[in-house]
Amino acid sequence: MADSAVHDIPSVYEPSLFGTYSKKIGMWLFLLSDSLTFGALLYAYSYGRISTAGWPTPFHSESIINATIMTAFLLTSSLTMVLAVRASVHGDAKGQRLWLLATMLCGTGFIVLHGREWSNLIAEGLTLPMFPKVPGHEAASEFVKVSKTVPQFAATFFGLTGMHMLHVTLGVIYLGVVALRRKFIPILLVLWLVAWLATPVYSPFHYGAHVLLIGAIVCSIILWLKPKVYDSSDVEVAGLYWHFVDLVWMFIFPLVYLMSAKIL
Amino acid sequence: MDTTQIAIAERVAEQHRHHGKALFFWVWGGLLLMTAIEVYLTYQNMPPGKMLTILLGLSFVKAALIIGYFMHLKYEVSSMKWLTMCSVVACLILMTIFFFPDAFRILYLGVK
Repeated sequence: MADSAVHDIPSVYEPSLFGTYSKKIGMWLFLLSDSLTFGALLYAYSYGRISTAGWPTPFHSESIINATIMTAFLLTSSLTMVLAVRASVHGDAKGQRLWLLATMLCGTGFIVLHGREWSNLIAEGLTLPMFPKVPGHEAASEFVKVSKTVPQFAATFFGLTGMHMLHVTLGVIYLGVVALRRKFIPILLVLWLVAWLATPVYSPFHYGAHVLLIGAIVCSIILWLKPKVYDSSDVEVAGLYWHFVDLVWMFIFPLVYLMSAKIL
Repeated sequence: MDTTQIAIAERVAEQHRHHGKALFFWVWGGLLLMTAIEVYLTYQNMPPGKMLTILLGLSFVKAALIIGYFMHLKYEVSSMKWLTMCSVVACLILMTIFFFPDAFRILYLGVK
C-alpha cells in the first residue's frame, strides 16, 4: 500500500536548490572532497619543507622545462575540454568526440612526459624504499644523496605527483568511455598490455600499468550494467573532473617544481 | 534521468550555448601567460618567501579562472557558488590552523 502510494507520486519535484541537475551537484561534491585530499598532501609537502633542515632544490632547467611543457599540455587539454562541452550542447556529436579525443591526447602527453621524468629521476637515484632497485645503477648522483639525507623529499614528491598522475590517468579513461563507449575497452586493454610489457620490471610503471587493467574491468562492468549514449550533461560532468585535475596541477607545479628549482 | 532532471539539464545546456569560443581562448592564453611569468620569476633569484607569495598568488588567480570559466561556476546560481567555495575554503583554513603553527614552531626552534 505504502509502495503504491510512493510510486503514484508524479515525477515532479521542487526545483533544485542549486539550479542544476543532480549528477553535476554530485560531481561538485566529489571534487570538493578530492580537493581536501590534495590539500592535505600539499600541506604535508609544505610542512615537510618548512620543518626539514637542508630541503633540497634539485630540479635542473631540463626538469623545469619538462614540467612547463606538461603544464601547457594540461592547460591546452582544459581548452579542448570546454570546446567538447560546447560542441555537445550544440548537438555537434562529431565535434564533441574530436575535442574529447584531443583532450585525451593532451592528457596522455602529460602522463608520458611525467612518466619519463619519473623514470629519469629514479635512474639518477631519487627513489623510495618500496621501489625495486635499478640494476647496474651507480650510487653517485646528487639525487642519491637527497634520497638518503632528506627521505621526506622523495616521499612527498612521489606521493603528491603520483596521486595527481593517477587522477590524470583515470580522467583519460573516463573521457575515453564518454567519447567512445564500448569501443574504448579494447583500446584500453591494448594500452595496458603495451604499458606493462614495454616497461622494465624494475620500473614502478610496470606495476602501475595495472591501473589500466582495473580501469578496463570497472568500465566494462559499468557499460554492461548501464549502456547508454552519453549526452551533453555527461560531457559537462566529465569536464568538471578534468578541469579539477588541471586546477590541482596549478598548485603542484609552483610548489613542488618551481620552488625546488636549482638556480645556478 | 527523470523528466525534471532532463528539463534542468536542457536549461543548463542552453546557458552554455550563449558562450562564445573567444572567451575560452582568452582564458587559456591568460593561463599560459601566467605560467610563463611563474617560470621567469623562478630564475630571478628572489628571496624564497617573496617568490612563494607571488607564485601562490598567481596560482590562486589561475585557479579562479579555471573554476569560474572552464568549470562554469561563474554562471551558476549564488547558492551553488557560495556553498561550494565557502565549504572548501573553510576546510582548508582548518588545515592551515592545525598544520602551520607546528611547522613554524619547528622552524623557529630549529630542526633537531
